[in-house]
Amino acid sequence: MCLDCGCSDIPEGIVKIHTHDHLHDHDHTHPHDHEHPHDHHHEHIALDSDRRTIAISQSILSQNDRLAERNHGYFMAKGISVLNVLSSPGAGKTALLERTMTELRDRLKSAIIVGDLATDNDAQRLRRSGAEVIQITTGSVCHLEAEMIAKALQQMHLDGVKLLAIENVGNLVCPAAYDLGENLRVVVFSVTEGEDKPLKYPVMFKTADIVLISKIDLAEVVEFNRELALHNIHQIAPQAKILEISAKTGVGMQDWCQCIEQSLQKSLAV
Amino acid sequence: MHEVSIIQSMLDIAFDQAESQGANQIHQLNLRVGAISGVVPEALQFAFNSCTEGTIASDAKLEIEWVKAVCYCPQCHAEFTPHDWVYVCPRCERLTHEIRQGRELQLVSLEVS
Ligand SMILES: Nc1nc2c(ncn2[C@@H]2O[C@H](COP(=O)(O)OP(=O)(O)OP(=O)(O)O)[C@@H](O)[C@H]2O)c(=O)[nH]1
Ligand SMILES: [Zn+2]
Ligand SMILES: [Zn+2]
Ligand SMILES: [Zn+2]
Ligand SMILES: [Zn+2]
Ligand SMILES: [Zn+2]
Repeated sequence: MCLDCGCSDIPEGIVKIHTHDHLHDHDHTHPHDHEHPHDHHHEHIALDSDRRTIAISQSILSQNDRLAERNHGYFMAKGISVLNVLSSPGAGKTALLERTMTELRDRLKSAIIVGDLATDNDAQRLRRSGAEVIQITTGSVCHLEAEMIAKALQQMHLDGVKLLAIENVGNLVCPAAYDLGENLRVVVFSVTEGEDKPLKYPVMFKTADIVLISKIDLAEVVEFNRELALHNIHQIAPQAKILEISAKTGVGMQDWCQCIEQSLQKSLAV
Repeated sequence: MHEVSIIQSMLDIAFDQAESQGANQIHQLNLRVGAISGVVPEALQFAFNSCTEGTIASDAKLEIEWVKAVCYCPQCHAEFTPHDWVYVCPRCERLTHEIRQGRELQLVSLEVS
């Protein structure tokens, strides 16, 4: 018996008007001649005359997307360029941002939002660069969401700030799905993690505007295969600009800072 | 566990809708999940089972429709279905990052009473 339309309940000769507009598939045949635009299976348990379908068709992340859009509008209005920095734990996001903000200090007023599951160690390190730093402690949430950024912004003094870096929670999986309202998504992976990182986390790498290969000073020690890594990144993320850097020795920092300043000009030009 | 956040967002939408339509029970939730949405169906199911406990969806079934990725080659002006994570056009062999389908994470409908 069909739960949705109660087909087999219909006595011969009585025309039943179908009020359900769901799409489903019937395993049973219909001894009456109305049409069924059905395409999925459902179980026919007990007949419940009240059972009905509510059409929704809504993206589950639509709320985050809306808030991200709002953040983005806010950044545009203030002329702030925003980086979302993503990597697995320990790839060197904090070290990179410490050095970046220190190098840019004289030219660019910057701020940082840093997300961690617990502790404010990263925030303390980052404050040494002179940038204003807000820590978001996410508790059990393994990624930042647009709403957390919106809340953090309320506590920040962004007048004159041109660059905002968001250090996401160390995780290459779910932050891929959450837009924060950024201009640039920067995915960092270190030479110690292996050349196949992009193949293991393709969804994240596909969202990258820039891929940074970090800790390049350790490349030789760990016998990092540079060509293979570049090839893998290019295959998975052909759109991404690739830079090799070391936050320790400073290699590649100049190109990276130039990249940031270019994105700044772009966001101001709009 | 990102799937828990996803399921919670989904249930927020579902409970709102069910309530506003005067439903007392949710029997089924129909979901569309794209191949590059970044979520794993098994993990979704697991999160669903634990998040619905004690709610009007406690006996509900989660029906997942899997949506494959579709890419677009700007050189051939044509869509194609990639075989793996390397999105290479089968005609001209150019790599692309233009995605036309596969990021979906959508609550399609609810079956309620
Ligand atoms: N040799 C070398 N070590 C580095 C470099 N960058 C970071 N490290 C070291 O790598 C470790 C992790 O660096 P962090 O900057 O804390 O990494 P992170 O990505 O911020 O880590 P989480 O916030 O925990 O995800 C620290 O011991 C750093 O000193 C580098 O360029 N070269
Ligand atoms: Zn039916
Ligand atoms: Zn019928
Ligand atoms: Zn860090
Ligand atoms: Zn997460
Ligand atoms: Zn082509």
